[in-house]
Amino acid sequence: MNGPQDLGGQMGFGPVAPEKDEPYFHADWERRALGVTLCAGAMGAWNIDESRHARESLHPADYYASSYYQIWIKALETLLKRHGFVSDRDLAAGKAVDPAATPKRVLKAENVPAVLAKGGPCDRPVATLARFKPGDLVRTKNFHPAGHTRLPRYARGKQGAVEAVRDGFVFPDTNAHGQGENPQRVYTVVFDGAEIWGEGADPTLTVSIDAWDSYLEPA
Amino acid sequence: MSHNHDHQHDNELDPFAARVRALETILTQKGLIDPAAIDVIVDTYETKIGPRNGAKVVAKAWADPDFAAVLKRDATAAIGSLGYTGRQGEHMQAVFNTADTHNLVVCTLCSCYPWSVLGLPPVWYKAPPYRSRAVIDPRGVLEEFGLTLPRTTKIRVWDSTAELRYLVVPMRPDGTDGWSEERLADLVTRDAMIGTGLAREPA
Repeated sequence: MNGPQDLGGQMGFGPVAPEKDEPYFHADWERRALGVTLCAGAMGAWNIDESRHARESLHPADYYASSYYQIWIKALETLLKRHGFVSDRDLAAGKAVDPAATPKRVLKAENVPAVLAKGGPCDRPVATLARFKPGDLVRTKNFHPAGHTRLPRYARGKQGAVEAVRDGFVFPDTNAHGQGENPQRVYTVVFDGAEIWGEGADPTLTVSIDAWDSYLEPA
Repeated sequence: MSHNHDHQHDNELDPFAARVRALETILTQKGLIDPAAIDVIVDTYETKIGPRNGAKVVAKAWADPDFAAVLKRDATAAIGSLGYTGRQGEHMQAVFNTADTHNLVVCTLCSCYPWSVLGLPPVWYKAPPYRSRAVIDPRGVLEEFGLTLPRTTKIRVWDSTAELRYLVVPMRPDGTDGWSEERLADLVTRDAMIGTGLAREPA
């Protein structure tokens, strides 16, 4: 979706302003926000793509006014409600009022190290041969899906070169919407700065994205 | 969004702190989460998994050409051989800076970051100024980190749009011949492994 998350090339946000010796957390609630988000995800009711889509579905004004942990929590409330774990009445009361759906699993403290060490690999076997090889010229699709996609706007309808052929990976555009993993091969595609940004582009710049097969056409 | 230094960090009346606490309370009362699991997660990312992991990977690559070759070919395996695996490090690629080319990593679409080697991302990495400008004005961004590259240096920006996570291997500073991996690792900063900095020069 052409949502607030799709930031590449947008202007007006000001300087980066890195904080010297930045702490991992700026308030105790951020610690809890991280943990609650990971524990809730571990219930197994949604996947990382649905999470990302919930975050980018915040109203743009809300997204830009929120810190990243705030974005996480706002999206988490949406996911918990969507999947029947939390109700508006629970949230209004600040305590459990309504019954909850049954989760696939509950992450216990003693299992956290193993779960974090395992992660959530998203590579999947794909039966088809790679359509492209390193050096091939490709053009990204120009599309504007209303749902989740990982092809940023700045890289749509652009010609680039395949640099690396990757494994098959879960396709976010369907997986975010409960329409299955439908794995596709991923390619790293490199664009000249001028192809993307045109006049005034930094002549020394190249930008790469990792693109699922269906984002690409032969150039 | 940048951190606001004026607010009270642990003020119980902070509405967002109350909102998170309420959510944790609801989920705990329903038996959906284990609050002790949150403690373990936080402790893991506050004390165990951080940029020191990545620094050891880079230092080993500098000191050991065989390891560097494996890191270049199969970063997930090479990094895993040092014990760094797991969440947001499942599919790794190391990208090596050279005299000609400087690498810079961003996630314009969210905040993808190689947690297994760098830990949790800093606020600026997740915030709109960096995510919007890294791909269109990387030199301007680097200037804000105090890094001015020669006009002739090529800049390669890696936008982490899929599940691959990128670790920049900065160039080894001169004057470090014969240094141990441990000593070398002290020169490798988090920013050097994102590409918003270089390795420290030896003192």
